[in-house]
Amino acid sequence: MTSAIELDHVSKIYRRYTGRQFATLKSALLKRSILRDLQPNEAFLALKDVSFTVAKGSTVGVIGRNGSGKSTALKLVAGITKPTSGTVRVDGRISALIELGAGFHPEISGRENVFINGIMLGLSKREVEERFDDIVDFAELREFIDAPVKTYSSGMYMRLGFAVAIHVDPEVLLVDEVLAVGDEGFTHKCLDKFGEFRRRGKTVLIVTHSLALVERLCDEAVWLDAGEKRADGDPKRVVDAYLTAVEQTEKQQMAATTAKAVQAAAPAGPAGDMFQATEGRWGSREVEITSVELVGPDATPSFVFHTGDAVSINLGVRAAQPTSDFVFGIGVFNADGVCCFGTNTGIEDMTSDRLDGDATVTFAIDSLDLVEGTYKLDVAVHRGDGAPYDYHRLLYTFRVKSRTHDIGIFRPKHRWTFSSNVRFK
Amino acid sequence: MFSNLGSLLRYRGLIQSLVARELKARYRGSVLGIVWSFVNPLLLLSIYSFVFTTIMQNNDPRTKPFAVFMFCGLLPWTWFSASLSEATSSLISGGNLIKKVLFPAEVLPIVSVLANMVHFLLGLPILAAFMIGFRHYPNVAALPWFPVVVLVQLIFTLGLALGLSALTVHFRDVRDLLANVLTLWFFATPIIYAYFMPSVGRFLAVFRLNPFYHLAVSYQEILFFDHFGHARSLLLLGALSIAVFLAGYWLFDRLRDSFAEAV
Repeated sequence: MTSAIELDHVSKIYRRYTGRQFATLKSALLKRSILRDLQPNEAFLALKDVSFTVAKGSTVGVIGRNGSGKSTALKLVAGITKPTSGTVRVDGRISALIELGAGFHPEISGRENVFINGIMLGLSKREVEERFDDIVDFAELREFIDAPVKTYSSGMYMRLGFAVAIHVDPEVLLVDEVLAVGDEGFTHKCLDKFGEFRRRGKTVLIVTHSLALVERLCDEAVWLDAGEKRADGDPKRVVDAYLTAVEQTEKQQMAATTAKAVQAAAPAGPAGDMFQATEGRWGSREVEITSVELVGPDATPSFVFHTGDAVSINLGVRAAQPTSDFVFGIGVFNADGVCCFGTNTGIEDMTSDRLDGDATVTFAIDSLDLVEGTYKLDVAVHRGDGAPYDYHRLLYTFRVKSRTHDIGIFRPKHRWTFSSNVRFK
Repeated sequence: MFSNLGSLLRYRGLIQSLVARELKARYRGSVLGIVWSFVNPLLLLSIYSFVFTTIMQNNDPRTKPFAVFMFCGLLPWTWFSASLSEATSSLISGGNLIKKVLFPAEVLPIVSVLANMVHFLLGLPILAAFMIGFRHYPNVAALPWFPVVVLVQLIFTLGLALGLSALTVHFRDVRDLLANVLTLWFFATPIIYAYFMPSVGRFLAVFRLNPFYHLAVSYQEILFFDHFGHARSLLLLGALSIAVFLAGYWLFDRLRDSFAEAV
């Protein structure tokens, strides 16, 4: 199979002219720095040695976080910018759906804009004439086509832009996150059009955040991260790898949030009401919580879990003097500050007897039945009468992820059953 | 660079439709529409005529009728100055195209120059009407030189427009600088006065260094005075214009790759 798009060790450096912020021509001339000012003094590597090929007739999705270089890659393929090093080769006429309706002039009619836009995208006047009716019908703008474009709603504007771009009849179609055009019906029409493109053996390169779309529509996926290609190939596999990495980052963010919260909590904070939802740490420290760890099913400390995971909360505690009066407690709160669950050893009828020196306390949850979201954790050790030894209020943040997007807080183990005359596909 | 120059020809369909759009869009929504193309120079002309014949009492018989004389220089100057001021901002206002569409950027300043050239050409019938009205006719023998002057001006203006528009992307001040330079340039060119006026004499050597001096004098000699004696200077300017055009295009081509990022 021959390739329609080939990126060979492509790097793109964007120059940032930080010193030029306030420089003017005059000062550049006065300081004779005009040539120097035109040199970059800070370089930003948007793409780093990226290579991938798109086979003729295949649909390929490019995924990655914001700022990972997806759009830069697309612009390079479109020829709008040039690679700093490496080569980009494209075989066949390109149409780029990067910004729909770029180049529409607001003052003139839709009809005239269709012609000019078509010519801009590389059609001849005759070719636009031939396709004009199809374009207008596709955009569903028959009755408004002679009104100035400035009177169009943004949806109409995008639809017209999309219609022109897709009727250029390219061999290679580049799409940058434009499927959010118009209403549900129009989106379906666009997807149908992509389907038609694929059937006719055209090549499509899509940049998108919609992973579902990539899994459904694409033959292959490319994952870019901070300008580097992390993976390419089977879309399911690449999307999974991407999702795993996103979790990893979230984990780091949670760890950072937690570390910051723990550090910010004053060593001897104000004695607070436990129902007052401000984070902090207080208590007499006769018994101290020295470490808090959340451990997932893979037995390593983490901050990101999946609904239904077995999770343990491990506390390290130290009693300065042996004591017989202590209660351990935990509480889980969601992002809105609602208490999802709270308990302590007192509530659960455990009578304290002896605590001496360093000890560990484990609160094991067999199945973390929470819906997707960010949660905060309270841990505490206090006297039987409630006087705190060491209270950690909302200092620990963790995230629960789920493939199902159910709502609420609690996700009980459940199943649906139906009588035989209820059917699902 | 020359392959790029060659591809300019491929874009003529695009340039053509953009010029047409420019003209259509400019007066869309105004009551008088394209009539403004005629009214604008007329208004300017009547202001200058009033100032220079009634208030300043310019009575040199050689420049009579003064309105026709001034019109001969004013019309090409308006083309020149409007082209440059529009071209310098064309890349910035067309930034969307450069950043988001594979679009030959040089088309934008060229369209600015050509659209204003159409306005210039639309002004010629008014000039002709003035000539008939004042019964002051040009020398028919010199008229074949007219397209030559227009061509020289076109090449000269295109060169400056390309160079300045490319520079403006990096130095926005070019726009403001240009506005002031154009005012100075206007008064340093014999348009509202004649090059042979005695008070001009001392500066003539300096004025001759001004390329537009030769254009204005050529227009006036061809359209207003009986004798066209400026052919040599005009052809020299023609050669210079080609150099200016190539230099402007070279600068544009060199900075081209930075547009998509700097606009």
